[in-house]
Amino acid sequence: MDEFMLRALLAGVGIALAAGPLGVFVVWRRMAYFGDSLSHSALLGVALGLVTGWNMNGTIAAVCVGVALFVTWMHTRPEIPADAALGIFSQGALSLGLIAAALSQGARVDMMAFLFGDVLATGWGDVIWIWCGAGLVLILMRFYWNDWVNATLHEGLAILDGVPVARLRLLFMLLTALVIASAIKVVGALLITAMLVIPPVAARPFASTPEGMALGAVLIGAASAPMGLWASFQWDLPSGPAIVLAACGFFSASLLFGKRQG
Amino acid sequence: MSPPRPGESGSLLVARQVCVTIGGESLLREIDLVVHEREIVTIIGPNGAGKSTLLAALLGLIPLSGGEVARCPGLVIGYVPQRLKVDAVLPMTVARFIALSAIGPGVPDETLRLLGCDRLLDRPLHALSGGEMQRVLMARALSRAPHLLVLDEPAQGLDLAGEEQLHRFIETLRHERNVAVLLVSHDLHFVMAGADRVICLNRHVCCSGSPTAVRATPEFQLLFGERIPGVGYYQHHHDHCHTPHGVEKERTDG
Repeated sequence: MDEFMLRALLAGVGIALAAGPLGVFVVWRRMAYFGDSLSHSALLGVALGLVTGWNMNGTIAAVCVGVALFVTWMHTRPEIPADAALGIFSQGALSLGLIAAALSQGARVDMMAFLFGDVLATGWGDVIWIWCGAGLVLILMRFYWNDWVNATLHEGLAILDGVPVARLRLLFMLLTALVIASAIKVVGALLITAMLVIPPVAARPFASTPEGMALGAVLIGAASAPMGLWASFQWDLPSGPAIVLAACGFFSASLLFGKRQG
Repeated sequence: MSPPRPGESGSLLVARQVCVTIGGESLLREIDLVVHEREIVTIIGPNGAGKSTLLAALLGLIPLSGGEVARCPGLVIGYVPQRLKVDAVLPMTVARFIALSAIGPGVPDETLRLLGCDRLLDRPLHALSGGEMQRVLMARALSRAPHLLVLDEPAQGLDLAGEEQLHRFIETLRHERNVAVLLVSHDLHFVMAGADRVICLNRHVCCSGSPTAVRATPEFQLLFGERIPGVGYYQHHHDHCHTPHGVEKERTDG
């Protein structure tokens, strides 16, 4: 196997590992728009990396975390709806990023690669970054799993059970920001939300517990990545859309063969 | 008169001069409230009186803008919210839902049977009816062996037989497990039947005391007019209504 193919495969599976358990909460809490907003604003991180020459993984993560913090802070302003706040921050950051990229002379980098993903751009550094992020996500999710499930069902009940609901909400947003930042090179800013949302929904008909759904999401995501990458190499397709289409295939299969709920 | 400190004279929860202001609007003003051990306290009040807000404040779910709520150290509270909406996308059985909250051995089988939850344990949470969910929430609240049970509109959607059953259940809890109950209701019939103490709320405490004493106060009459149960729950048609400020105005509905 070519080395770059191995890198791409490891990156894709690493992303699926983290996106599965995070994605089920994104679906349960209806936060798909939050994921979309974060990933669009991640392009500001790309531009920052290009202009300053700093580590791009770092600048992307910093921008995503910054937007997540801003959005959380906006919760204290009831006159600004959450989805509007997301729109403002993400489109604002995206615009800033596009302008910065346009102004910088050296930035002749193809922005398409960051919109739709380019596995050829994935180096060993990126793979390590992805697996460290995935490891951190999995450890924290394992530790707080029941508390998160509890808070998802009813925040008031969870608070009375002693769950630090506000802190866990913030931690969840930060982890989502981290995963989006680490996945952007492989799947692309426009498509990363699909990797958070499609595997959990495809896993739902086969799951009877929250853990089962998360495991199913990991498996479906981890299977979609090699399938998409294989098609991408075989027919010279952009990697992000190929992976997302593979996940869509699993979703279609779950519609056909899964058990209907209610 | 200042209310006693928690722990003294068997008080579980003491609220002193609690104020809640949200978005510049004063929802609760200077609420004093005490719940003692094994006591059944009910809060009644018209729509918009701040009943649910008061519960949230007492439970520590929303910030106070004044006053304080003191709990007896180690107090375990079981809370039954008005409703719980679960999405079908979240796979969760009733048994798991109850276990999420439980400490120690959880709910005794006897209690589950009494609540009719034993047959529901394997059912998905999102497929429960409103009444079933209410009973499951009750079982969940009891899973921590609480000293105080807080119920938000427990009589909602119950017929008279169901209300009667709930009353008996609450009485049993009090006698067999020493549980105190704080409940909110706008259903006068339900409130008057089983409470030790009634607190009549309209953003401030209008009056409080035993059901009979409260029923006799002019504040209560003003808020609830002649809809006084006991002889039988009956409604008649108004061509006016009594507002908390004593102003009479035309009303169109029956």
